[in-house]
Amino acid sequence: MHEDDHDHGHQHGAHAHAHPPLQKDHDAGTMGAYEVLEETLRSLLIEKGVLSAEEIAAAVDLMDSRTPALGAKVVARAWVDAAFKKRLLKDTRAALLELDIDIGTIAEFATVENTPEVHNIIVCTLCSCYPKMLLGVPPAWYKSLAYRSRTVVDPRGVLREFGIELPRDVEVRVHDSTADLRYLVLPMRPKATRGWSKAALAAIVTRDCMIGTALPRLTAKANPRRTRRAA
Amino acid sequence: MAPKRKLMPRKGAGGRAAHDIGGLSFGPIDRAEHDLALWEKRTDAMQRLLTSPGKRAFSVDGLRRVIEDYGEQAYDRTTYYEKWIRALRNLVVEQELLTRAEIEARMAEVRTRHQQAGRQVSKAKIPW
Amino acid sequence: MVSAVVSARRLEASQKPRFAPGDRVHVPARPVLGHCRTPWYVRGKQGVVIVVHGRFRDPERLAYHFPGLPAQVLYKVRFAQHEVWPTYGGGAGDHIEVDIYEHWLEPVR
Repeated sequence: MHEDDHDHGHQHGAHAHAHPPLQKDHDAGTMGAYEVLEETLRSLLIEKGVLSAEEIAAAVDLMDSRTPALGAKVVARAWVDAAFKKRLLKDTRAALLELDIDIGTIAEFATVENTPEVHNIIVCTLCSCYPKMLLGVPPAWYKSLAYRSRTVVDPRGVLREFGIELPRDVEVRVHDSTADLRYLVLPMRPKATRGWSKAALAAIVTRDCMIGTALPRLTAKANPRRTRRAA
Repeated sequence: MAPKRKLMPRKGAGGRAAHDIGGLSFGPIDRAEHDLALWEKRTDAMQRLLTSPGKRAFSVDGLRRVIEDYGEQAYDRTTYYEKWIRALRNLVVEQELLTRAEIEARMAEVRTRHQQAGRQVSKAKIPW
Repeated sequence: MVSAVVSARRLEASQKPRFAPGDRVHVPARPVLGHCRTPWYVRGKQGVVIVVHGRFRDPERLAYHFPGLPAQVLYKVRFAQHEVWPTYGGGAGDHIEVDIYEHWLEPVR
């Protein structure tokens, strides 16, 4: 039985089946009670002058603008600029400001670095804290009861589910985001990327690389020397 | 089939709280990706605005506290944003920004309006 | 290093933190009433302070609309996985790090 973190009324059996992404158009399908509640609170709070429709829309747009591509840009910069990487590890908020990324007042950020000796993986067992102001909203699985509960006690099993097998002599280090720090994993730069541009490097850094559930993967397409266009 | 939890006394008896699930067993991880619905994005937006230094209606810790008090069954069977919109509702009432009566009246109006526009609307009640 | 915008929840240091990086600490197994950010699985366990994060408003008080003062020093504490979980099946050198507030830590003599 897995954590059912999407809009279903039925229980799941042991078999897996594909779910289409939720419709963005909320007029399709039955309107759930919680969707009714959201419209209720929003309309009342606007009427009372507590919130405005404009600031709600702007806040929605702000979160839409924060994506893993932003995090990938930071990682690529750290890979090519050793002094920036040092600053990123020491004070992530300030380093992001250098790139005009303001993480706001919700929380502090910290960066943990993968090395040949240590592989880091991030979780929030108590709720689902995540560096949203850099990476955008977390994936459903990050918020699931299964991921939250199991990553702390069986991180290698979780990594195996994500396709990563690490030797026993590599330390697997779990970070539980229990307070006001949000964690970002700085993955290791693959050796074969020597000479790559920042854009080409950023293209191989996925969201899951920065959570710790993936490693940057080189593909034939990713190598800029194989393409005609400038990377 | 209910998720397996170790049998432990609930919070208040000094035991493991409903949300404190590190180390428990909930089966394999479903990695399907989902786009957020607009109502979920707006829930997230309202939460950020209401807890921001500019408004300070309440803190994100207050929202978490309310969610933690839902109890195991509700906790395990609601989605992330279902938990948060319910918590926003409870906190705006707790902080006297809105009343329970206003909210219930508006819920009925919203349901009726969408039904009249031809949409199926859930009649389920969300426990306070 | 001071940055232009800081979290509203982080406060300037005034008193000396009780613990320093490298200190061995113990998480007491206290009964908890109300909001708490120290997970069940580290209660009664020993770890080592890795980072002193600075002072933050206390979430256990913020949760009930109090200002969360006095601020608590927040620490990153590292635990050996095989000490946290009796049946841990991973590497002997695996660790877990948890951010824990000062009032949830005791010194290990």
